Amino acid sequence: MAAIAAIPIHPPAASSIAEGVDQLHYFLTAITLFFTVLIFGVIFVLMLKYRRRSEDEVPTETQEHLLLEITWTVIPSLICVVIFVWASSLYVQNARPPAASTEIFVIGKQWMWHIQHPEGPREIDELHVPVGVPIKLTMTSQDVIHDFYIPAFRVKKDVLPGRYSSLWFQATETGTYHLYCAQYCGAQHSMMIGWVYVMTPSDYAAWLSSASDNESMTARGERLFTQLGCSTCHVSDGTGKGPSLAGMYGKDEKLKDGSTRLVDESLIREAIVNPNSVALPNYPPIMPTFKGQVDEEQVMQLIAFVKSLASQERTNGK
Amino acid sequence: MSTAIAPPHDVPAEPRVNYLNASYGIKSWLLTVDHKRIGILYLISITFMFMIGGFAASLMRIHLLEPQGALVQPETYNRLFSIHGIVMVFFFLVPSIPATLGNFLIPIMIGARDVAFPKLNLMSWYIFITGSCFVLYAILSGGVDTGWTFYAPYSSTFAHTSVIAAALGIFIAGFSSILTGLNFVVTIHKMRAPGMTWFRLPLFIWSMYATSIIFILGTPVIAITLFLLGLERILHVGIFDPAIGGDPLLFQHLFWFYSHPAVYIMILPGMGVVSELIAAFSRKRIFGYAFVAFSSMAIAVISFLVWGHHMFVTGQSVYAGLIFSVLSFLVAIPSAVKVFNWTATLYKGSISYQAPMLYALGFIGLFTMGGLTGLFLASLAEDVHLNGTYFIVAHFHYVMVGGAVMAYLGGIHYWWPKITGRMYPDVWARIAATIVFVGFNLTFFPQFVLGYLGMPRRYAVYPAEFQVLNVMSSAGASILAIGYAIPLIYLIWSLKYGPIAGPNPWGAKGLEWTIPSPPPTENFEVMPIVTEEAYNYHE
Repeated sequence: MAAIAAIPIHPPAASSIAEGVDQLHYFLTAITLFFTVLIFGVIFVLMLKYRRRSEDEVPTETQEHLLLEITWTVIPSLICVVIFVWASSLYVQNARPPAASTEIFVIGKQWMWHIQHPEGPREIDELHVPVGVPIKLTMTSQDVIHDFYIPAFRVKKDVLPGRYSSLWFQATETGTYHLYCAQYCGAQHSMMIGWVYVMTPSDYAAWLSSASDNESMTARGERLFTQLGCSTCHVSDGTGKGPSLAGMYGKDEKLKDGSTRLVDESLIREAIVNPNSVALPNYPPIMPTFKGQVDEEQVMQLIAFVKSLASQERTNGK
Repeated sequence: MSTAIAPPHDVPAEPRVNYLNASYGIKSWLLTVDHKRIGILYLISITFMFMIGGFAASLMRIHLLEPQGALVQPETYNRLFSIHGIVMVFFFLVPSIPATLGNFLIPIMIGARDVAFPKLNLMSWYIFITGSCFVLYAILSGGVDTGWTFYAPYSSTFAHTSVIAAALGIFIAGFSSILTGLNFVVTIHKMRAPGMTWFRLPLFIWSMYATSIIFILGTPVIAITLFLLGLERILHVGIFDPAIGGDPLLFQHLFWFYSHPAVYIMILPGMGVVSELIAAFSRKRIFGYAFVAFSSMAIAVISFLVWGHHMFVTGQSVYAGLIFSVLSFLVAIPSAVKVFNWTATLYKGSISYQAPMLYALGFIGLFTMGGLTGLFLASLAEDVHLNGTYFIVAHFHYVMVGGAVMAYLGGIHYWWPKITGRMYPDVWARIAATIVFVGFNLTFFPQFVLGYLGMPRRYAVYPAEFQVLNVMSSAGASILAIGYAIPLIYLIWSLKYGPIAGPNPWGAKGLEWTIPSPPPTENFEVMPIVTEEAYNYHE
């Protein structure tokens, strides 16, 4: 009996959305129980009541019953509508991170999670976050598809190569929680796991400042920006061969192919690895690709730097 | 409850010439164009494949007895679940009921002498065997470790295993599905006996018709998908791998465009079998015949529109998620309608509890649970938590094993006397059905809890707090294995020692019960003329 009592049946619920998802879960469980018991119960009663009593029994035919057919089509449909609306509104509410989220960067690779905080600290298979603060993870994969999953927060998102996906949560309880890769990614998929440490904001601040690795992502990005020669063309006053990047992030930009796109992380990434696909009008297509010269981590640092220019005044002369 | 059915005493010792003794020798089987013999060829082939898939599953369950893994290295475990999935889905479940019972029964049930294209039918089996050989080669040459889903770019660029051989095997076997589907559609349209109108067809035929449509329309898409995968893997054409210009989500769209309808390829035939069993063992016409028939067609159509529910956490747009979610709820409705109608059929029936009926009732219960837990996964916010966990594993095993395999075994038991002319020991069959039901639930129910707790699927090692539930699941699997082994023994035993069945041991309606067991090669000596509706138990 001790073993049975030791069976866990409920995962920790430690994020702002966990309670909402659990309420839906209990409702769905109740529906499932109700219909399972109903079907099993009715079958059991009918089995006993109408068991064959003699071999030559001839039962009478039951008339078709249109109203009954309609009833048991409509009632499940209505229940489904309720579930759909409930689950979808939760999903839509949770889809977009709050504007004031703290951004943390995640790179998945066979078979580890590589995490970088904007303030500089980097960690592997561990994620330290403050409690009560919305956290937005910007994630990409260096190889195959992974999936970042924190059951205690009821959040999960695929981490794909060649693009950014994002996921957000706001932890509500300090503690240590499982982090899993939930998309099969090869030999050591089940070892691609780690821990999420939810700390009080003051502990988190202490943790950040105690890290030996405290050059900020923006500073690293700026250094790369110079080292790779980006700064020769992308001059901030708009006099270079390429557009100034000041004030560009978060704005809509009209591209050479006529389309208009929001300058976000994905677009900046594309501009680095495949510049011609997002070329701007009025500029010659002379930028070389930096694919192979920068790894995913450096791309993220460059993006952090470009984002830091967002508050500067827009200076593109052309 | 009535005891084991006793065959009528006045039947002759052994029927005259029938399809089994019409000719002898291995050649007479390998070159046969008789749909009944082809059905048997499939039965033997897929039983063999089932054993391979089951053996892999057994090793997995033993391995998972301990959190750090009790038996094999993670690399081997990954091969085991891949083999289990590939073999069970493509080489057992997809052909299971259609290729065995469907081949055997469709012509007989509609009053025909054979399928429309008998030689094509034999060719389908050879194609299936060719595909199987490639998959067996893939297993023997080191295995494949991509999972049955072959997600790119892992499968196209990163895996170092026999991906091409396995994919080629599935590609080839797909043509067997397409040809079988084509054969069945033409047979059902053109070969029905006089008087066998569409609404006099047994519901098994309706479900096989719906299944055949999916075979024809869906299977080419998986063939294309695997072909593109091969192109990328061998020639490095950038299709799915973003490193060479591809899109990994394209693979998932294409894969699930087939593989979700394929779920209905596996369950629709089971629904058809269960309709026959419920009618025969409660001596009732199926309540709401037309609703049950049309719900099969509705499922076949809607099943093509729900694939995106496998991709709620891939970063697919919120709007796409909403549409796929609502369509997924929609596809649940016809299944619910079927369950209610089967249950209502029992009302005022004359119900007997021979083994096939136990399987049918087990099907209804387990399929109900499988279907209802599908609602969790169609619910967007809930799916975010449960996707990729053991909850998914439990859900689809309730549908495919609790549903499809229960129905398959029920159907095999029901038509065994027709196929072989012999009865099996009903007591043993009932014991086996009960063991399967208990073992199944003990295996898979704990997996719902594991999934809700957050245990991801395809994990060779797992955190220690999940051990108790995993041990329960493994214990259940050993019971389930016994439940599957017992029928294998007594069914083989019955071939020689079983009592002679006679033409209609169950007192069932349907053209197949009007001809001798085993049937003669030509099925009907005189072409039958149908004058009554299906399941006419009430005169």
